[in-house]
Amino acid sequence: MMSRINPITAVAATFLVIVAVLAILGPYAAPHDPYQQNLLSRLTGPAWTEEGSAEFLLGTDRLGRDLLSRLIVGLQMSVGVALLGTTIGAVVGTAVGFVSGHFEGWVDDALMMIVDIQLSLPFILIALTLLAFFGNSLALFILLMGMFGWETYARLTRGLVLSAKRQAYSAAIVSLGATSARLYGRHILPNIASALIVQLTLTVPAIILLETALSFLGLGVQPPNTSLGQILGEGRDYLGSAWWIAVFPGFLIFAITLSVGVVGDALRDRFDPTLKTRRT
Amino acid sequence: MEFWLARTVRMAFTLFVVVTLTFVVLRTSYDPVVAMLGPDATNREIELFRERWNLDKSLIEQYLTYIGNALRGDFGNSFRDGRPVFEVIAERFPYTLWLGGVSYLFAVLIGIPAGILAALYRGSIFDRAIMVVSVVGFALPNFFLGILMILLFALIWQVLPSSGASSWEHVIMPAFALGLTLAGILARFTRSAMLEVLSKTYMLAAQAKGVRPARRALFHALPNAALSVVTIMGLILGNLVAGTVVVETVFAWPGIGRLLVSAISSKDLAVVQALVFVIAAAMVLINLAVDLSYRMLDPRTRRST
Repeated sequence: MMSRINPITAVAATFLVIVAVLAILGPYAAPHDPYQQNLLSRLTGPAWTEEGSAEFLLGTDRLGRDLLSRLIVGLQMSVGVALLGTTIGAVVGTAVGFVSGHFEGWVDDALMMIVDIQLSLPFILIALTLLAFFGNSLALFILLMGMFGWETYARLTRGLVLSAKRQAYSAAIVSLGATSARLYGRHILPNIASALIVQLTLTVPAIILLETALSFLGLGVQPPNTSLGQILGEGRDYLGSAWWIAVFPGFLIFAITLSVGVVGDALRDRFDPTLKTRRT
Repeated sequence: MEFWLARTVRMAFTLFVVVTLTFVVLRTSYDPVVAMLGPDATNREIELFRERWNLDKSLIEQYLTYIGNALRGDFGNSFRDGRPVFEVIAERFPYTLWLGGVSYLFAVLIGIPAGILAALYRGSIFDRAIMVVSVVGFALPNFFLGILMILLFALIWQVLPSSGASSWEHVIMPAFALGLTLAGILARFTRSAMLEVLSKTYMLAAQAKGVRPARRALFHALPNAALSVVTIMGLILGNLVAGTVVVETVFAWPGIGRLLVSAISSKDLAVVQALVFVIAAAMVLINLAVDLSYRMLDPRTRRST
């Protein structure tokens, strides 16, 4: 049954589409060159304020770079890192879950022990330790984001595989001569896909928050690259004189995580069969 | 008994893995000598530094010494100022405890009652308001909340100090920035735990017996909902620990979270290793405490093992 789309969900979804378009276009959507310094117009306010100028809609930063253009490029980075990280984590975690559920026994025990260890520590602790000492090239940083959340997928997939294996349909498929790979790839994976998609909507905002927090601390995305968290971190030193540098990226991060959460909730209601009977 | 044995072995194993991994990662990834002394150091200086911190020994030897010392609670000296790491951490720890304690108290005292009331008055404006605040609290990054508060309360209205920890006023903003998300999570989970219990038949039975609403909520529903609430109360301690790293940095709060960030920036290995160990140990103990309280609250789990 198709239910009517909630207006809040519609607004959130529209906003995410705009974010996606801006993230894809990146520098091409920017009104100015995001890296162009212009020392004569440093710390110009947003256009509607007294210290503003019509040329820079959201003002400029300490080097006179157009904030709006930097936000668009930073958005591309933040969203890109979050999506790549989520994908890596989901693929690796799902694969580990399949392996664990397939072999069971000691393989399962060993893998689940790693999962338990990662679950027992706040991820930011692991991230900080690895980042600071392996340096932070962008590729490593994305890999690190991929290490976030894999354990949730591994646990989820393992549980689903274990129960799916005992279903009659699996036995039927195996007795027809299908290999394990075919059973998992063609039959079990589609069956558990909706549960995995629901999990994705929870991981994306978490990774966005993680990336922005690390970049805010100066340990994530490094200049000349920029991300929303990195711009916010730079703006922190200019709170008294140029509030816009910190405030705009902050609200953008907030709006994105909030929208992903709202849209995720709606997807969950539609996809998750366990919620259909008892909704709170 | 078996439960305790299994738990203790797992705890010890987790800590062992953490200590070993940090050691391997930290020692193999880069050379502390270059980081600490800079590129202009003479060979003689480098040699002395290596000897001083045992960096001239083989990795295995360094590892064994490190484990031996760690077991005795000796984490060596800070590379930066030569003071014992233990002393550096002990100095900062009370601040983190103070900030964390206030935030946690705030989260529990606001989040749980809010969740209970939201469940009891389900669908009311109050319920919706609580849920909106909880969703917002979850999506709003704590560092941005901190920045906004500094901007409003410290710079524009100038009613609260923006950084430091010298008076009780200093704790208000960081504790709120840290506690809001936690209160939101707690409110959400308390609400759904209560709603689940309220739909049980024994609640209907209590109502049929003529038990008054307040009594039903407090003595019939709450103890049954407490199980899931306590689990979440334990789980959010992990968020709390993670949050302190960021929030302490925003507010220049002199706790171990900020110490960790600055030790990482200055590549002070000994301090980082010890902090990772201390935080991991705290997390493992927290997880154990959650399990323990679970078994105390739910007699069924006691019988099943």
